[in-house]
Order: sequence, then C-alpha cells, then structure tokens
Amino acid sequence: MFRPGKMTSQVLRSLFKKPVTSLYPFVKTPMPKNFRGKLRFYQERCIGCKMCMRDCPSAAITIKPVGDKKFIAEIDLARCLYCAQCVDTCPKKALEATPDFELAQLEHGKLKVVFGDTSPVSTKTETK
Amino acid sequence: MPEREVKLTIGPQHPMLKEPESFLLTLRGEKITEMTVRLGYNHRGIEKACEQRTYIQDMYLVERVCGICSHSHSMCLAQTIEEIAGLQVPKRGLYIRTLVAELERIHSHLLWLGVAGHEIGFDTLLMYAWRDRELVMDILAIISGNRVNYGMNVIGGAKRDITPDQIPQILAAVDTLEERTKYYIHVGTEEITLRERLSGVGKLSKEDAIRLGAAGPTVRASGVDRDTRRDDPYGAYGELSFDVVTDNHCDVYGRTLVRLGELMQAYKLIRQILKNLPEGPIAIKAPRKIPAGQAIGRYEAPRGEDVHYVKANGTDKPERVKLRAPTLANVQAVAHMLKDGYLADTPIVIAAIDPCFSCTDRAIATTNLDNGRTDRMEWPALRTYGIDWYSKQGIDFAELNRKLRTMRESN
Amino acid sequence: MAQALFNIFVFPGFLFVAAFGLTAEYIDRKLYALMQNRIGPPWFQPLADFIKLSAKEDVVPQHADKLVFKLMPIVAMTSILTAFIYIPMWGSNALFAFKGDLVVVMYLLTVPTLTYFLGGWYSRSVYSMIGAARSLTQLFAYEIPLFLSILAPAMLADTWSLSGISEYFSTHPWAILFNIVGFVIAIIALLGKLEKVPFDIPEAETEIVAGAFTEYSGRLLAMFRLAIDMELVVGASLLAAVFLPFGLHYGPAAGFALYLVKVLFIIGLISLARTIVARLRIDQMINFCWKVIAPLAFLQFLADLILKGVHN
Repeated sequence: MFRPGKMTSQVLRSLFKKPVTSLYPFVKTPMPKNFRGKLRFYQERCIGCKMCMRDCPSAAITIKPVGDKKFIAEIDLARCLYCAQCVDTCPKKALEATPDFELAQLEHGKLKVVFGDTSPVSTKTETK
Repeated sequence: MPEREVKLTIGPQHPMLKEPESFLLTLRGEKITEMTVRLGYNHRGIEKACEQRTYIQDMYLVERVCGICSHSHSMCLAQTIEEIAGLQVPKRGLYIRTLVAELERIHSHLLWLGVAGHEIGFDTLLMYAWRDRELVMDILAIISGNRVNYGMNVIGGAKRDITPDQIPQILAAVDTLEERTKYYIHVGTEEITLRERLSGVGKLSKEDAIRLGAAGPTVRASGVDRDTRRDDPYGAYGELSFDVVTDNHCDVYGRTLVRLGELMQAYKLIRQILKNLPEGPIAIKAPRKIPAGQAIGRYEAPRGEDVHYVKANGTDKPERVKLRAPTLANVQAVAHMLKDGYLADTPIVIAAIDPCFSCTDRAIATTNLDNGRTDRMEWPALRTYGIDWYSKQGIDFAELNRKLRTMRESN
Repeated sequence: MAQALFNIFVFPGFLFVAAFGLTAEYIDRKLYALMQNRIGPPWFQPLADFIKLSAKEDVVPQHADKLVFKLMPIVAMTSILTAFIYIPMWGSNALFAFKGDLVVVMYLLTVPTLTYFLGGWYSRSVYSMIGAARSLTQLFAYEIPLFLSILAPAMLADTWSLSGISEYFSTHPWAILFNIVGFVIAIIALLGKLEKVPFDIPEAETEIVAGAFTEYSGRLLAMFRLAIDMELVVGASLLAAVFLPFGLHYGPAAGFALYLVKVLFIIGLISLARTIVARLRIDQMINFCWKVIAPLAFLQFLADLILKGVHN
C-alpha cells in the first residue's frame, strides 16, 4: 500500500508537457463576460438620481451636475471595490462594468477619473 | 540541541504564516513544552464598520472579511438578514447560492491541500493542487465574473443567473477535478513521506475537540459527526443528498482525508444542483429598511461553522453585527494540539485547521472586576500614548514632521 | 607557477567550478520547475541572484561572533574547491592526486556542513541556532552511509585514491554494476549533505526561516549560496568519478563532455528526488538513515568484501 515516490510518473510526464504558467503581460487571457472592471458611463442616460452614490460601499463615485440635466461621474479608481453595485442600482442603466482591469498608475492623481463631457452644453455623445 | 528551554517566536512575520499572527513556543530541544497564541494583528474593525453602512454596502464589506471564504460570509449575512425581514428567497436563487458555495468549498480545500504540502516541504503537491484549483477558479469567474469576492449574494437571492451554456462547462471542470482529487487521495494515502509527516501529528481526541469547541473539518476528523449543512439545512442543502465525511484518525492525516472526502461530496452536490436546477426568478426585491429584530445565521464554511448575528432596528443600517469565523473556534484547539509536539510539526499543525486569521481577529477589552473599569483606550489617549512611547525611544514626531514638510516644500 | 595559478583560479579551479555551480543550480531549478509544470527561472537567474546579493549590504548581527560569522563562507568555499581538484574529470587522472586522497576529499566535503553549523551557531539567533544544531545532527546520520558506500568501491579497487578507483573501474566496467545499491545510497546521502528535500531539515523554510543562514545577508550570503552550488557540483562529480567511470579513454574532449553528462545526470536524479517527496522530520530522518540506509551501506560493503575475496 505504501509507495515511496507515488508522484514519480506524473512528475516525469510533466517534464515533457507544456508548463501551465500563463505568460501574463505578454499573453493576455480574455476576461469572463460578466467581469466587473473599470466602469463605463453613458452620460445621456444619467438622470442624476444619485442612487449609485448612496449604494457605493466605498464612496468612490460622485455624480455632479454640469449643465441642464447633464451630469458627470467622478470615480476614484483607488477607492472603487469593483463590486458593480452601482451598475445594479442604476435605474437607467447609465453605468456599465467593462473588462478593463489594468488600472495601475504611478501617480495617485491619475486614479481619479472623470467620465462624461464636462461642458455645460448638451451633447449626445457616449464616453468611455 | 541544548537541553535548556528556548523561547521561539513565530510571527507576526514568518514564512510559515500567510497572515500576521504571533505564536510563542517554548522549546526543549525539538519538543514544544508550551505554546501561546496571540491574536490581534489583523484587526480591522469590520463589525463596527458594518454598523455605519447600509445593508447593501455591508454585503460587500462582509464579503471581504476573508479572501477565501468570501461567499460563506456574505451568504451567511444575507441569510441572517432575510431571516429578520422574513424574505422567502426563490428556489433558483437558493440553488445558485448553494452551487457557488460548493465551488468555493472545492477551491478552498484544494488551496488547503497545496498549503499543507508546502508546510511540510512538498512543493510539488502545492504546485499541482493549485494548478488544478485554477479550473474551479475559472468556473467561478465564468459564473460570477470574478475569481474571488464573487458578489453573488444580494439580500433576497442570487445576483447572477446561470445560463444553460455554462452548465456543460461546469460539469466538464467537475469531471476533471474529480479525477484529480482521486489521484490526490492516492498520493495522500500511499506516498510514504507524506503519511509519515501527517500521521500522528496534532492529535486532538474526540472529547478535546468537543470541549475546545473546534469546528469544521477539524472536529469531523476527530470523529464528531457535526455539519451545519445537514444538521440545520440552509440554501438548497435540505433537498440534496450528501454524506458528512468523518474520520477517526484524530490527527492531521485525518483532517486531510476529511477535506479530500468533502471534495468528492462537493462534486456530487454540484452534479445534483445542476441536474435539479429549478426554473423561476433568482431573487426577490428586498426592502432597503429591514424591520426591527434580531437573528443568528449558521453556515458551514469550508473551514467550519460560520455564525453571524444581526440586530436590526428598522432603519437601513444594522444596529449590531457580530461575526464568528471558524478559525476563532479552532485556534484554541491548535494550542492543545501542539503541546508536546515537535517544532517541525508546528507549521502543518497550524495549517491543518486551515487558519484564516483576518477572519478571526478581534479587539479584546478586559474589564477589571473590582472597579468595573475597562482598559479600552479612546483615540486621543491612544495617540498621546503612541507619541510618548516613541519619544522615549528618541523619536520626535514634531521634528520629523517639520523635516518632511521642508522636504515637500523644496520639491 | 603560472600553470598552478591558472589551475587554481580559472580551470578547473574557482571560476570553472563557480560557473558550473551556477549552471547546475539553474538546471536543478529548471528541472524542478518543469516537473512541477511551471516555467522556471531564466538561465541567468542564479548569476543575477549572486550579483544582486553581492551588491547588498552585509549585516552582521550585534551579538554574533564577527570573525567566525565572516570567515565561515570563505572556509566553506575553499574546502569545496580544494576537494574538487582531487576529483578526476576526464580520463582517470585528477589534477592532483596522491595515495589516500579519497579520505581527504571526504573530509573536505564534511567541512562545509561544519561551517554552516559554526556560522549559524555564532549568529546567535534562535532560528540560526536551531538550524545549526539540526545540520550537525543530520551530519551524523548521513555521513556514515556516505562513507561506507564510497569506501566499498574503493576497497574493491584496492586503492584509497580517487584516480585509482576510476582507473580500476574503467578497466573492470562490470564491477560497477555490483555497486548500484551503493550508488543509490550515495545519492540519498548526498541529498542530506546538500540539505535538499527530503533532508532540508536544517533550513526548513516554514519552520525556522532559513536555518543557519537566517542572519546572513549580502556578500556573505552570496558566498554561502555559491558554496552550496559548488558543493552540488563537487558532490555530483565525486559520485560520477566513483560510480560512473565509463568512457575514460576517449581523450580529453570526449571525456570532458561525458563528464558533464554524468554530472548532469546525477543532478537530474537529485532534482527528481526532491520533487517527489515531502520533508522529513529530524527524528524520522535519523531513523531512516540509521535503520535503513546505514545497514544497506554496510551490506554493500560486506558484499564488496566477499566479492573481492572470491575474485582474488
């Protein structure tokens, strides 16, 4: 019943198999379909109800009015948990999670991102 | 070895520990004569933070109590809140929650197997177990979108549905994992060095296990037939058939067998869940304000029984949340297991309860019974104490701050 | 004089052994990784580690014995290098050889373990002291089987010189088949000497951090690590010379290539051995060595003695 070196055959077979390590920065694996990454904001859909601000567990999102019925979303990527609760909460589906997860920055200031057109003139553009 | 007593501190930083915690061992040669555990290096004040957030936010906070059993904590809290609010979760929601719970158990137990291998210097087992764990992580990512912190629970049901095309993928991964687990059972029972290192180590008799209040695989490996999933069914467990794996070895070897056995049961459960997945909605809408009341939720996490207590006061924030993670139940047993053991067995004995210290850490306030005073320190007092302590060491913060400011200004 | 200096510092002395040692470490690590289904380090990793460590600050613990602490890595390295020049590489003649060099080599190879002990003990750290005590305890367990298994072929060849042993076995190649058990024992004992899994008890990472080397840093640690790499090469060369003396008469070039193959084969065996087992506990290791390995080595010795009697 006792066998010293029980794993020998598997180990020797692995010697000739391709390593399973993924070569991450060079070869990127696609993210799953419903991955919760960086947010996307559809400015024209936002009605400024601020439900997302109320539900955000880490107070990372701020909705600010810039003009007549026009809002921008300020997101602190360093505070964001990427739980996508705001996406679920939003009654008008103005927020969406993208598969973008490579968000590291060398400067802290760059982690504060403003989504949407800040000019008070009403435009129908979709920003990322 | 010298025959005098040596005091060896393990932690808070040590290669053996994956999280900061301190163990003070008194050694006579290679034998341990005494051991003290000191908790508290990982205290994050989550219970208090829960009181200041809404129920919706708490779900995410509690999910982050532990990186491995994140679903356990959030599902346990959701169950407790639903109990207070009297919400009836739809069948499909319960099945999806249970599915994720079992997938999480697989990933946690495979992770444990790898860690156990590493602690006894068997890195090949670590690499292989973690390689196979990737399969279940990928499945979890397909279902929930994330590899850890799945966010699958909302109060009132599950957050994301299972689509019909995911089912064959899950089943295929489960088949592969079952085959691999059978192989690990062979390795665990036949590889002589592994058995030598695991057998007879960290003995915990049935009586001691009950007396010290151990939980989960630790108590089941001491021959105690106790499993919340069967004793107090939650989720879909009441409708599924599975065996509670117990073992009478009472040592680390027994705990390994229990965990490997539970893996096999988890595959069986997942097949049943996917076969009997009911149709219908996955969640019902929960009110933001939970009516006043209190409840205790029990949940069999991969590491043992997880207990949550919630007291609601009719607002959208809980009045009190109390978490008892399984490691807190098991940590007393560790001190008992290590007594008269070998130093070389310390890593594997501590690892054998699958400790999660960040779940466990609590701030402890002692009360002096004579005068009723607590030794708790308020924030300003703590700050003054800190400044005094450092100035006694010759570190002057005022001076340091001034230097820092001039440095910033010159930049 | 110039020739001797070249021999000592360049080939087959320090530079050659150091380069070969780093390569051996790379091969060992790469095989270990591949067997675990990983990619493993790039070829320059051991050298990069060495350079990085050499550039770092040497920290000597406050309570350590400074002289011993600093001297030990150098002693370890010199003793290993000295052992190497007595080991035949190509052909059956070593660079330096005298009657009885086998015993000297064996003792020189014991010195590194002693330096680990002394370096660790005089670091005055609990982890180091436990590691040091363990490496000395382990020394007593594997040294006897290793000596016995290497002395058995020496006795068969009727010489105490490594070159003599190589010479004898290259003319009597059948005799080496008789020593296969001895070869296996020597590999196992070498694992103990090199402190590799399952016998990496003295530096068991999860228990006592890095054992005797816990307090070492910078250049001193780099030297110790280089010494361990060199010990791997020298130990493998010793086993190759004693147990695998094939094809010694094809001239220096072919002989050298064959030598490399033999050493790499032994390193491969060591990598395999450390992949498939768990680390033993010190009491289990001593039991195993005294109850299994040492009696087997003794039987091998007796068998060689009988064979010699019958043959003559």
